[in-house]
Amino acid sequence: MGFFPFRVVPYRPFPVPRGRGYTIRAGAQMRNLMKNRHLSGWLLAAPLSVVLLCFLVLPIVMIVVVSFWGATEFSIYPAFQFDNYQFLFTSPVTYSVFFNTFKYAAITWVFTLLIGFTVAYFLAFHVRSLTWQIALFLLCTIPFWTSNIIRMISWIPFLGRNGLANSTLISWGVIDEPLEWLLFSDFSVILAFVHLYTLFMVVPIFNTMMRIDRSLIEAAYDNGASGFQTLTNVIIPLTKPGIMIGSIFVVTLVMGDFITVRFMSGSQSANVGRLISNDIALLQYPSAAATAVVLLATVLLIIAVLLRFVDIRKEL
Amino acid sequence: MKTGQDLELVSLTKRYGEALAVDGINHHFRAGSYACLLGPSGCGKSTTLRMIAGHEDPTEGSIVLGGADVSWLPPARRGTAMMFQNYALFPHLSVSDNVSFSLKMKGVDAATRRTRAGEMLELVHMSQFADRLPDQLSGGQQQRVALARALITNPQVLLLDEPLSALDPFLRIRMRAELKRLQQELGITFIHVTHGQDEALALADEIVVMNNAVIEQAGPAREVFNAPRTEFVARFMGGHNVIALPQGHFAIRSDKVALTEAAAGRLDGQVTGVEYQGAHVVLTVRAAGDQEVTAILPEEKFFENPMPQGADVGLSWDDAALHPLAV
Repeated sequence: MGFFPFRVVPYRPFPVPRGRGYTIRAGAQMRNLMKNRHLSGWLLAAPLSVVLLCFLVLPIVMIVVVSFWGATEFSIYPAFQFDNYQFLFTSPVTYSVFFNTFKYAAITWVFTLLIGFTVAYFLAFHVRSLTWQIALFLLCTIPFWTSNIIRMISWIPFLGRNGLANSTLISWGVIDEPLEWLLFSDFSVILAFVHLYTLFMVVPIFNTMMRIDRSLIEAAYDNGASGFQTLTNVIIPLTKPGIMIGSIFVVTLVMGDFITVRFMSGSQSANVGRLISNDIALLQYPSAAATAVVLLATVLLIIAVLLRFVDIRKEL
Repeated sequence: MKTGQDLELVSLTKRYGEALAVDGINHHFRAGSYACLLGPSGCGKSTTLRMIAGHEDPTEGSIVLGGADVSWLPPARRGTAMMFQNYALFPHLSVSDNVSFSLKMKGVDAATRRTRAGEMLELVHMSQFADRLPDQLSGGQQQRVALARALITNPQVLLLDEPLSALDPFLRIRMRAELKRLQQELGITFIHVTHGQDEALALADEIVVMNNAVIEQAGPAREVFNAPRTEFVARFMGGHNVIALPQGHFAIRSDKVALTEAAAGRLDGQVTGVEYQGAHVVLTVRAAGDQEVTAILPEEKFFENPMPQGADVGLSWDDAALHPLAV
């Protein structure tokens, strides 16, 4: 399978001490062994494959295996049965929770894309000097010096019933009484998602934009394109791979999240991640595993669809 | 007589902060001529071209095309078109879409665009590649596409920024002929920026030599080559010696320098190098005043009376071959 990047290692003969027959024979054998490209290729690929096998493939296989196990209120027993899946697919909760997850992913995707594209565009095309580009780019990453959860929680005093946002709006006379939907709502969940994940959109888009030859934009201008036409006819098509990579980041992160939804909705909304985390809290590992397998399949399906649209291999 | 489409630069100046890139140049390009802006890198030739194209705003002065000041018009409304050094083809568009890009921007319908692109591709002999992507073309083919894209707007002036520099020497000579053919066929003005004097001599009706942000000399190719006015032009065009005589500095073509017996010429010297180049022999002579003079002699003439390295010789020339240089 074409998983491992092979690099052909040039064979360099080394001096073999003469005089003792067995040394020469051993050297020749060693050389024959080294000449075998397939062997050296596999050897080079081995360390990474072992790491991936132990820490990625095996755990996933484990989850798949456990998803077929059975569970009672107080025990888990190995089995091969479809009870977990049957329960999952027949429960209306599953569908509403999956719908909710898609909704969060879609809305977050739209906002991170709009904001991320704008920020990247500004950095790549409006900031002329490289020093400023680097400085502003680093500025974007500063929030990442604190943990996700802290950044998320810091919204709570801001958005709360008597929080900064509400009291400011009231003192300005914009509203008469506090807005209830600011916190512990879909609004706050999506706000936090957008806040947390926009940078994952900015980085790949910025990266692709920086590779666009500036003379292409002049050429478009020379051919009578307006700024907007240049954007839609030249910049967006050439930025597609970056948009796609950013979209994959954001969609997978939002689909797999459980903590943001829990904190920002005040435990009033659910997504698939929370479903899994609840099952785990109740020690219902087989049921959690089954949900995880379905989620994984869904996310992989989404990525497969995204990759049909854009060839990102050029970017890698 | 001036026709409607002449291009005129009037005290055109470009400053980047303190640095002066183009210093108040004045020039008049005749309509339908092939002009080369020639000069070393950093002399301001590309900046001048980009100002004509509208990709740089002049700091002072104006650009007048066909009697109208176009200095502040957007590039597409000037009647100029530019061919970029690296061709700047849109990598995501097919050859045909690249060529018809400007028509798409104007809102021309797809069928017309396709036909017009086909005509332009015909002109540059690229019809069979209409559906390829730029990546799938060679450098020479990409250049033809870039030409077609520039010409589809029916410009009065085509601006070419070092168009041949990315090509290998063989292709460069072929494309050179092609450019000249196109220019004659279309009858529009070509302004071609280059740092290669051979390219300029081969192509240009008029050569504009630039150095240090100003025009050093402008005129027909033969005139610039045969009668350089400054030391810089003489050295940059090549094939010339710059010699200091009591009367001042002069330029003389290397092939107009003759060798005589020692002390019989106008300047004495010693042969420091002999290089056989087939049809002719190049001699370097260290002359009085520690000046290096190159003499190019026809092969048979040299071998009638060969001079070894180290021989004492005299240098002579016709007075008519001497061109006084401005200091």
